[in-house]
Amino acid sequence: MQLWQFFVSHQQEILQQTITHLVLTAISTTIAILVGVSTGLVLTRYPKAANQVIGVVSVIQTIPSVALLGFLLPVLGIGPEPAIVALFLYALLPILRNTYTGIEEVDRSVTEAAKGMGMPNRQILLKVELPLAIPVIFAGIRTATVATVGIATLSALIGSGGLGTFIFRGIALNNVDMILAGAIPAAALAVLLDFGLGLLQPQVLRLLKPILVGVAIIFLLLLSQVVLSNLRPQPLKAGFTSEFVERADGYPGLQQHYDLSLDSVELDPGLMYEAIREKKVDVVSGFTTDGRIDAYNLTVLEDDQQYFPPYYAAPVVRGATLRKYPQLQPALAELAGKLSDETMIQLNDRVDRLKEPTQTVVQDFLNQSGFKTTINRQGKPDIIIGSKNFTEQYLLAEMMGIVIENSTDLDVELNTGLAGTKICFDALKKGAIDLYPEYTGTGLLVILQADEKTLDEVGQDREDVFQYVQKESKQRHDLAWLPSFGFNNSYALIMRTEDTKKRDILSISDLKRYLESL
Amino acid sequence: MIEVLELTKHYNDVPAVNAISFQVAEGETLGLIGTSGCGKTTTLKMLNRLIKPTSGRVSIGGKDIRQSPPEQLRQHIGYVIQNIGLFPHYTVADNIAVVPRLLRWKEKRISQRAAELLEMVGLPPEKFAQRYPHELSGGQQQRVGLARALAANPPVVLLDEPFGALDQITRRQIQQEFKRLGGLLHKTMVLVTHDVFEAITLCDRICLMDQGNIQQIGTPKDLVFAGLNDFVRDFFQTNRFQLELQVTRLQDLLPWLPHKEDRESHADGYQTSQSLLEVLEDAGTSAAGASQITMIHPDNTVRQITSCEDLLLAFYQYKKTFQLA
Repeated sequence: MQLWQFFVSHQQEILQQTITHLVLTAISTTIAILVGVSTGLVLTRYPKAANQVIGVVSVIQTIPSVALLGFLLPVLGIGPEPAIVALFLYALLPILRNTYTGIEEVDRSVTEAAKGMGMPNRQILLKVELPLAIPVIFAGIRTATVATVGIATLSALIGSGGLGTFIFRGIALNNVDMILAGAIPAAALAVLLDFGLGLLQPQVLRLLKPILVGVAIIFLLLLSQVVLSNLRPQPLKAGFTSEFVERADGYPGLQQHYDLSLDSVELDPGLMYEAIREKKVDVVSGFTTDGRIDAYNLTVLEDDQQYFPPYYAAPVVRGATLRKYPQLQPALAELAGKLSDETMIQLNDRVDRLKEPTQTVVQDFLNQSGFKTTINRQGKPDIIIGSKNFTEQYLLAEMMGIVIENSTDLDVELNTGLAGTKICFDALKKGAIDLYPEYTGTGLLVILQADEKTLDEVGQDREDVFQYVQKESKQRHDLAWLPSFGFNNSYALIMRTEDTKKRDILSISDLKRYLESL
Repeated sequence: MIEVLELTKHYNDVPAVNAISFQVAEGETLGLIGTSGCGKTTTLKMLNRLIKPTSGRVSIGGKDIRQSPPEQLRQHIGYVIQNIGLFPHYTVADNIAVVPRLLRWKEKRISQRAAELLEMVGLPPEKFAQRYPHELSGGQQQRVGLARALAANPPVVLLDEPFGALDQITRRQIQQEFKRLGGLLHKTMVLVTHDVFEAITLCDRICLMDQGNIQQIGTPKDLVFAGLNDFVRDFFQTNRFQLELQVTRLQDLLPWLPHKEDRESHADGYQTSQSLLEVLEDAGTSAAGASQITMIHPDNTVRQITSCEDLLLAFYQYKKTFQLA
């Protein structure tokens, strides 16, 4: 079975990530138990404060986990630390609340009798209330543990590792086996932990002391590991998107071509620029027309060995759609060559840094270039325009939409923000979308999956690449590449400008030399 | 043994207990009775500092109870409550052992004591010591509760509606056993109850409270036959006849009974310390029984013969003596 083969071929990494996942869960849950149980016990002595404290913790739970992870990024950086903090916060509520409720619900006659007999308060808590509350407290711990395993999959977004890495990579690359390689072990882990805790519950009072000692030891070991690995001086840390890591024209090829090896983590594309600005990473994968490069004082490293192919942006349309609506061709031809590199960077900058709305930026540009820009999106569309999930793509999709609407009698709808090249391509083939903006280099390497020989033949020449891609796409997939917008948006390695100056790194080869010199 | 002086408890300016004073002699059982909210439970709980008085003084054995730390005070006072409150996660034996363990008794002494107490309350230790509370009936649990309160042999025992959670039949049974037990133990006890019959059966003296004040303190006979005010008289009006019969002992009636001795028969008889109600209930079930009642004086000396008729006539004579006072 295909899935099984995937598991076998990736078993090393799956095992590693499972252990990481387990460690993340274990550390955060342990801290949550320590804090939650002790706080819950204290609150039973101050019932008036209890409602407020529990209320505050409940609010934390309502914050979407991804939002919390992003929020912690500038404060704690990327990697396991912010993940553990976020996971701890989420595990806290069930444990805290159950501890408080468990103790409160102990039969009042029992505590009254204990008090009336002359039992000191501390003994009443430890010998009477706590043991009787254990079933409820334990239920809270089990809930928290299982939930933590689930949420820990999300922490992969900020480079913590864990089984979420597979899930997000699989989503970016539209690879179901990869998604399952992350999801199945995560589910299994949750079930096993819950089961194990269930077995432990009846024995927990008896085994309390050895459990506490054992947990303390393991916990300190793990914590020291995490702390030590972060204290070791890191030369340079890189943050890459999942797509960059898996694409042939991304990191793997780069490693080979430049004989380069970086200590890297996988990040959500949205968090990458924050991460490099906050110095949590030193190198990121990016695009040459990204407006944030100037805004965040970043520098693009020169591709001196000419590894990355040209990535000229152009509309890619379904053959069937083009035949049905031939007026699309002259309409979109109006945009051919209209966007220079600088123009695209400016447009990106307006959206990313100045936070202007996409539509406004596009309309301004088109108006200046003499286009009409009325927008009237109602009723059933004739054309659906897709796009990937970064700013430039949103801009291009909007641009094509407005031009088509105004130059033809066709109605347009946008279905943007698709999470990757493969997803767009599949949508296009299936007819879920009719066209989207793609890059020649991506078409060459990812969609057509050109081999070494073809790459050598076609080389770095802009026209050659375009011709090849146009011909093969038509032949193999009945997709038409229309003339490009004019700008080249290449993959790039990007660093902070101050770093490039300080370490004298201008190109990717310079980077390699720098790493070797350490 | 217990001295209460001007004891007061206010909740938000409302006096739940209003400067009451009373004493409980050593070995005596005092009942605190009254309607709901009269302050009887509040008073009881001020004796072991579960409730802090607003003003007033309580001393036990001559010592002001504020002079010891509350935990220490309570370890030397037995405490039995209505819902019993056995620790569900402790065995019967461990429940009983709680206070002895707090007092750091040696384990051997503790297990001996537990066995002894279980025998005393009618629960053979071989069968019951290792059981858990949920395995016992209500009546059995209450007995364990009692054993637990007596474990460290405290001189004073406080009981707050101890039999309230039991059904009528079990309650009567336990009351009888309690009476017998109480006689053996010579402990100073304060018993809060809403069951009037229980109070007059088990207590040496009764304190009737209403709205935080003491309406009358006296022997059961005093309160039943010689109520000092309308409140007291009204309080005992329900089932009055039954109460009067319960409070009266055979020995009280001797002055008015013909002295007929029985030297020959070895028929079953009734101790003169028994209540008239008990005797009539038992003997009155058959005509034969009703006409031939044997009374046995203390020390088994004299056996006197009488009948239900004679007893009742004597009773009315006895009652009259109270009205003349």
